[in-house]
Amino acid sequence: MTDTETATGRPRPPTTQPRRASFGPVLRAEWTKFRTVRAWLVGLFVAALLSVLFTFLVANGRHEGSCTGPPPPGSGPNSPGSNCHAGHPFVPTGPDGEPVADSYYFLNQPLTGNATITAEVTSLTGVISTEPANVAPSQTSTRRGLAAWAKAGILVTPSTNQGSAYAAVMATGSHGVRWQYDYTHDSPGLPGLMTDTSPRWLRLTRTGDTLTGYDSTNGITWTQIGTTRLAGLPTTVSVGLFVASPVSFQDSNNGSPTLATATFDRVSIGSRGGAGAVDAWHGQSIGNGSKSFYPTLGTGGYHRSGSAFVLSGSGDIAPGVGEGLLGADTAASSLPLGLIAGLLVMVVVSTTFITTEYRRDLIRTTFTATPNRATVLAAKAVVIGVAAFVIAAISAAVAIPLSEHILKANGDYVFPASALTEIRIMAGCAGLVAVTAVAVLALGAILRRGAGAVTVGIVVFVLPYTLKQVLAGSADEWLFRLTPAAGLDVLGALPRSAHVAYPYTLGNGYYPLTPWAGIAVLCAWVAIALGVAALVLRRRDA
Amino acid sequence: MSDATIEVTGVRKRFGPTPALNGMTFTVTPGRVTGFVGPNGAGKSTTIRVILGLDAPDEGHALVCGQAYQQLRYPLHQVGALVDAAALQPSRTGRNHLLWLAHSQKMAASRVDAVIELVGLTTAARRKARGYSLGIRQRLGIAAALLGDPPVIIMDEPFNGMDPEGIIWMRQLLRSFAGEGRAILISSHLMGELQDIANHLVVVGRGKVLADASVDELVAHASGDRVVVRTPAPTDSARVLEGSGARTEILDSFTVSVSGLAAQHIVQALSQAGVPFSEVIVQRARLEDVYLQLTSGEVEFRGGSDSGSDGQAKQ
Repeated sequence: MTDTETATGRPRPPTTQPRRASFGPVLRAEWTKFRTVRAWLVGLFVAALLSVLFTFLVANGRHEGSCTGPPPPGSGPNSPGSNCHAGHPFVPTGPDGEPVADSYYFLNQPLTGNATITAEVTSLTGVISTEPANVAPSQTSTRRGLAAWAKAGILVTPSTNQGSAYAAVMATGSHGVRWQYDYTHDSPGLPGLMTDTSPRWLRLTRTGDTLTGYDSTNGITWTQIGTTRLAGLPTTVSVGLFVASPVSFQDSNNGSPTLATATFDRVSIGSRGGAGAVDAWHGQSIGNGSKSFYPTLGTGGYHRSGSAFVLSGSGDIAPGVGEGLLGADTAASSLPLGLIAGLLVMVVVSTTFITTEYRRDLIRTTFTATPNRATVLAAKAVVIGVAAFVIAAISAAVAIPLSEHILKANGDYVFPASALTEIRIMAGCAGLVAVTAVAVLALGAILRRGAGAVTVGIVVFVLPYTLKQVLAGSADEWLFRLTPAAGLDVLGALPRSAHVAYPYTLGNGYYPLTPWAGIAVLCAWVAIALGVAALVLRRRDA
Repeated sequence: MSDATIEVTGVRKRFGPTPALNGMTFTVTPGRVTGFVGPNGAGKSTTIRVILGLDAPDEGHALVCGQAYQQLRYPLHQVGALVDAAALQPSRTGRNHLLWLAHSQKMAASRVDAVIELVGLTTAARRKARGYSLGIRQRLGIAAALLGDPPVIIMDEPFNGMDPEGIIWMRQLLRSFAGEGRAILISSHLMGELQDIANHLVVVGRGKVLADASVDELVAHASGDRVVVRTPAPTDSARVLEGSGARTEILDSFTVSVSGLAAQHIVQALSQAGVPFSEVIVQRARLEDVYLQLTSGEVEFRGGSDSGSDGQAKQ
């Protein structure tokens, strides 16, 4: 006993502020309570089983294929074509293992040793396909329009295979002059479009394996935009002029292929100390076949107009973003249904962990053993939270590789994710389930009735996940920003790119918050529920 | 450790407009069984919940071992309480129920097995509580109360639903605990249940204490020292005894009721006066009568209103 007070003297005003209970014994007691009711253990098992099963079913139901040609007889004019083949088109992989778009027109020649390539881009125009999405684009149905990230410039690459390393300096549709290399790196140069009075001069130099980009408005005063080392660059590389024009999106679902045309004048290629073989040009359409995933408007081409080269090209040299564009699945895209199924079971287990004590009047025994009610709530929260975390982590660790395997076997493209990303998704799922379990436990403490607490728990903490399809416009984005459904943002697995104009919407697989911000929003909800529960428990007679 | 006592001081508590406790004040001292008796709705259960820190009083306070219950670090080591024996998770075994309680008090499982043996539930404790009879539940509740070997034991209506054998066992157990110097508070709405084991009684009605005395004091007070004299000469007897300062009443031709004079003085007076008598009987009130006498007003009150605090608080 640790009592320091003695029983001498008259009764003094007693302190009724609950004494801090040591947490260990209370935690152990709550764990004993939890493990000795078989229904709760069975509930955990069922939650795990359901989440894996539903993930399996979702993954198994997805088959990738593409259909072209005229719609089958009897179907609507917007139906897919009848000429179908399975499997996802080829997605190139960039130098860092990331999926990339690498489709463009390249007028190039081999070049050995150090060199300086200079060109003046005098015009850049474009057209946009007006065919509906399910009809193959054709040059004959287009309207005028230049994609914001249409690119025309000078490019150096060790190889014309898709996904190769490169560095390029370019004029763009509406983002000024840029220096880009290896798909993900970008730095800006001169802003604005070229005009007759203000053309865009571009220069790219190679010195060893260092590449440097410059721009100029007059071909005399040059400004360096960016530089990089491409390690292992061979002595002989392909250099030349390129044009690319990416898919342009009118809304979040419909993208149209585009084609850009650029005029290059005063092109010079100089090896150090000598003039280049200016007439050794070789025009090449890169990644522009039916095999490639990136939608293009024609193959592009070039002709000479006096001293100038006129190139047209379609496609993009950029990070491969977007489920809508790629038709890609991610490591996480099969998970939500299984997650929701498991969550529903978990909500029942977690709420009844406390409401059953109210139903049986056992809560009085509990509070008699531990008068500090906040400690009891905390111990229960730790027990249910850890149990939920472990179960959800195991489920996710089984479900994620399983769904990836099945998707790939079905011919789907699964967006590559690093091991770190996969671990983050697993931990995120587990955290989401654990935190939700704690939240509904708090609801159970507040409401005391199992049926009521389960209902409110599902409405507040599970239903928002399912409203994605119901809400119109951008309301669903707010759903995943503000409501407990923000926790689902932890499933985000697709990269964004500042230099790809793409609708980064929920419908296309992009969650509005970063994973940890999403979990933080959910945690804020849980903190509110826990705070109210602790207050109510303290104020209320048991 | 502080003395094994319960001190309830001026406790008031309302449930809505109904006052459940109206200045409840009493003390339970160690070494004896204190009966806490009153009609249903008198505030017994509410008082016990206040003592156990489950309900917060509007006014006043209750101390256990000199401390508020909330201040006890591992309360079951100081207070063992049987409040509601039916409060069990049906799918959990009796032993596991005791186990989590033991863990919450930093006790080992061996202590659980010891109390299970003490209450004679060695086989039943391995079964799920779903199938327990009321008697088994009561025994399990007692086991829980004894888990921490506490100096203070509180039991709310412990005899409810117990079979006669169980009641006898329970009384022996409680007596032996009192003999060990523990403070024991047992509530009941039936005086008869407490008659043989309580040394001290706290009689309550309408949320306050009506009487707080030893059983002997209570009985003596209620009996009003009435003595019945059997005599063939009632008129003479009455005259002689009134001469000695007593009040008398001739009940029939053989019986005189006397009050205000102790039995030995009656015998002396009648003998000196030469009045014949065959018997002098000291009238002792039955505890049950005392109880009824004390609480009759409350019973009348309850007849007109059913706003009992027990019913309110249980929900």
